[in-house]
Amino acid sequence: MGCRSGGSESTYDVAIIGAGVCGANIARRLSSYKLDVVLVDKEADVSFGVSKANSGIVHGGFHHNARYLKARLEIRGALMFDRLKAELGFPFVRCGIVVAALHEDEMRAVEQLYAQGVENGAIGIEMCSAERLLELEPKLSRDTLGGLYAPGGGIVEPYRFVFSLVESARKNGLELLTGWRLSAARREGGGEEGAWRLEAEDGRVLRARYVVNCAGLGADEVSRAFGAEDFRIEGRKGQYYLLDKLTRARPRRVVFPVPTSVSKGMLVVPTVEGTVLIGPSAEPIVDREDRSTTREELETIIRSARNMVPDVSEADVITSFAGIRPTLGEDYYIDVSAKVPALVQVAGVQSPGLTASPAIGEYVKDLLKKAGLVLVEKPDWDPYLEPTRPARELSPFELDALWSEDSAYGDIVCRCERVSEAEIVAAIRRGHTTLDGIKYFTRAQMGRCQGGFCTYKIIKILMRETGMSWDEVTKHGGGSTLLRGEL
Amino acid sequence: MKEYLFDAVVIGGGAAGMAAALEIRAAGRRAAIVEREERLGGILAQCIHSGFGLIEFDEELTGPEFAERFEERVGPSGIEAFCGCTVLEIESEGESKVVACVSRREGVMRLRAGAVVLAMGCRERNRGNVRIPGSRPAGVYTAGLAQRLVNVEGYVPGKEVAIIGSGDIGLIMARRMSWIGCKVHAVVEILPYPSGLARNIVQCLRDFGIPLYLSHLTTGIYGRDRVEGIEVAPIENGALAAEKAFRIPCDTVLLSVGLVPENELSRAAGVSINPMTNGPWVDSYLMTSVPGIFACGNVLHVHDLVDYAVEEARRAGRFAAAWLSGARPARELRIKAGPNVRYVAPSRLEPGRENKLYLRSMIVKNDAVLEVKADGKVLRSAKKSHVQPSEMLVLSLGASELEPYAGEPDATVEISIR
Repeated sequence: MGCRSGGSESTYDVAIIGAGVCGANIARRLSSYKLDVVLVDKEADVSFGVSKANSGIVHGGFHHNARYLKARLEIRGALMFDRLKAELGFPFVRCGIVVAALHEDEMRAVEQLYAQGVENGAIGIEMCSAERLLELEPKLSRDTLGGLYAPGGGIVEPYRFVFSLVESARKNGLELLTGWRLSAARREGGGEEGAWRLEAEDGRVLRARYVVNCAGLGADEVSRAFGAEDFRIEGRKGQYYLLDKLTRARPRRVVFPVPTSVSKGMLVVPTVEGTVLIGPSAEPIVDREDRSTTREELETIIRSARNMVPDVSEADVITSFAGIRPTLGEDYYIDVSAKVPALVQVAGVQSPGLTASPAIGEYVKDLLKKAGLVLVEKPDWDPYLEPTRPARELSPFELDALWSEDSAYGDIVCRCERVSEAEIVAAIRRGHTTLDGIKYFTRAQMGRCQGGFCTYKIIKILMRETGMSWDEVTKHGGGSTLLRGEL
Repeated sequence: MKEYLFDAVVIGGGAAGMAAALEIRAAGRRAAIVEREERLGGILAQCIHSGFGLIEFDEELTGPEFAERFEERVGPSGIEAFCGCTVLEIESEGESKVVACVSRREGVMRLRAGAVVLAMGCRERNRGNVRIPGSRPAGVYTAGLAQRLVNVEGYVPGKEVAIIGSGDIGLIMARRMSWIGCKVHAVVEILPYPSGLARNIVQCLRDFGIPLYLSHLTTGIYGRDRVEGIEVAPIENGALAAEKAFRIPCDTVLLSVGLVPENELSRAAGVSINPMTNGPWVDSYLMTSVPGIFACGNVLHVHDLVDYAVEEARRAGRFAAAWLSGARPARELRIKAGPNVRYVAPSRLEPGRENKLYLRSMIVKNDAVLEVKADGKVLRSAKKSHVQPSEMLVLSLGASELEPYAGEPDATVEISIR
């Protein structure tokens, strides 16, 4: 262990390709052992791919049959969130899930879900009459016939979850390389001494004895670069609308319709931060980078959400977005490669991937051990992160106390989400140096004005803190520059 | 935590806030202004074009010049101005109000006062509010943010520009972007008529040869990292003609799709909001549903001209001062928006005196008639050579006209446009 030679061409014990929710959980799990681990991602920040845009649900353990790996990982993963939250402090609430049936046929489908949930060991799951369901969720339509309640389900801010996992892993020695896109992989040496030589598009090279491929939508290309299994990831697009905190349509629990054969349907989600998310659609797409939204699908989402929660209104929409889910057949493909040595494949992790991800971290750790990686616990592993205190959650008295330690808490940069300069600076110092990265970390630009008032202020703070020039400031890295000239 | 005592606290140090505070001070009351930016003036600081002050000062000023005229009066007036200071909440404690706010210099402060005047202004509607689909590249700005970047920060947000919506800020920015060497390819408006003032259509679009597409919907914004173009389609007979959609290549999209009064603080303080204006319901004293909280300027309803906002704010300041001295409306009549009228502000009037009303038409019409009825009888019928939704109408109703109704219970004044 720790046989890194130093310099630019160092050898790690493990390289993880893809800093989404799977990569982050694997990295954090491995950070508790005496290992040199590197986490690489092609984007400018972590969680900028599949993990950025999804429903943010910890599922209730009743949607999938336990014969699938994904269902087993979902059930195990869901149980791990309370402890992770206590350690890392990301936004997570077990608010419960309701499935609402609007006609008799749907009630029969709900009964199947219930039976499946009981078989899977979903804690506290129950069948509900209309009266019971409306008591649990008064925002539901009066046409509701009944449904299912899964108290274990919850809501989580997916990017904040990933950020905190990566931060915790880095605190325990993980190295993170962003803007690192794999161009070639080659096995060097044999047996115990063998290692993968990984080259990035920009010429950076690293070596690792073991590699984990959790590249999300790009997992098939990464697998091919290693000469490993040949498979094809299909993208499935999901569009969403986000509603203002002041909407009357905010339910207390996650509201699901009765699922169809292709998807779990369009949900109404009360996000941890107070907004309401409606969606997603489920569309097969050709271009895996196509995150555009369309009028037709967005209209369908509004209609579908309003069926269940009649208070949903176009007037409350603050933004729309789309995420892409990587699909590969019916189940996840998580296994040691049968074609090449020392490669673990984590592919096709679509829904309920976020819920399953802590269990995937555990599962991949075991696969690596089976493949020969020696795991020795670090006696000084620190699972805890310093809790952060966002200004918006504080009373005036508490804010004053923070201000007396750091006067930048007195400067409110984002008025809609009440984010202080101190929090923006903290995000930048943690490595979030794009406008979107700062947005996901702090919520500045995420409220009802969507950055209309604070964008220029954040640009100035970013330039001051990093020394970037105006033409280096981007929305999400790459060519997404914000400014095109100086007067 | 510091605590200060005033007679009135004005929230917002733009033109309206300063005008209201000056009136309160002139009545011999201790007044404070809380302003979140580092200096007074509000949004006027970035409006470096001229056209301000024609009514107020009888001359044409730039935004900063207009603001300066008021700042010069606030300076020596004895009004306490807390700048760089954001209000956290407004609480009622018995008869008084407590405004909790925070600044970098002073930390959290509690300002206790008998009255509060809301003058927070408005914000721009954004892409999500008008639900423009497509991808989410860099290069999409509200017109006001672009104006700030160009006029104050000194940066060019983009070179090849398309503007969605024909609000005044968008029109002003079409001209501004042209002046700094950018190419403005189109202004796209969903309605069959422009949303901005007629003078801005002439001076900012026609004089620069910028095409204006009326009755066109923007059906998408495209581009992966940076904007590459927008797609628009005409609306014919009320329906989208999707087959006639076309693309306009550009690297920047500016949105000028309307303004919304910023009333989150007001709502949290329990103030009722009129869904037609998105501003508070106010009585003939410009007082909201919470006694002691008044509202004026763009937080009450969106005005066309700062001159009108200032005029209204002065009244709010005078009413607040009078209210502090115990004055109350003797009797009020309810005002109703009749046919073709979107709203009238305020929504009550006091029959014993002159009442100034601001209203907006829902229709575009030449040779229209503005009609005021009380209890079904026509009080006044005024000819208007032209009315349109984007131009606010001003109406003064005198004591003599209203006197006959002063004693009638539940009398209602209806204002309509025909």
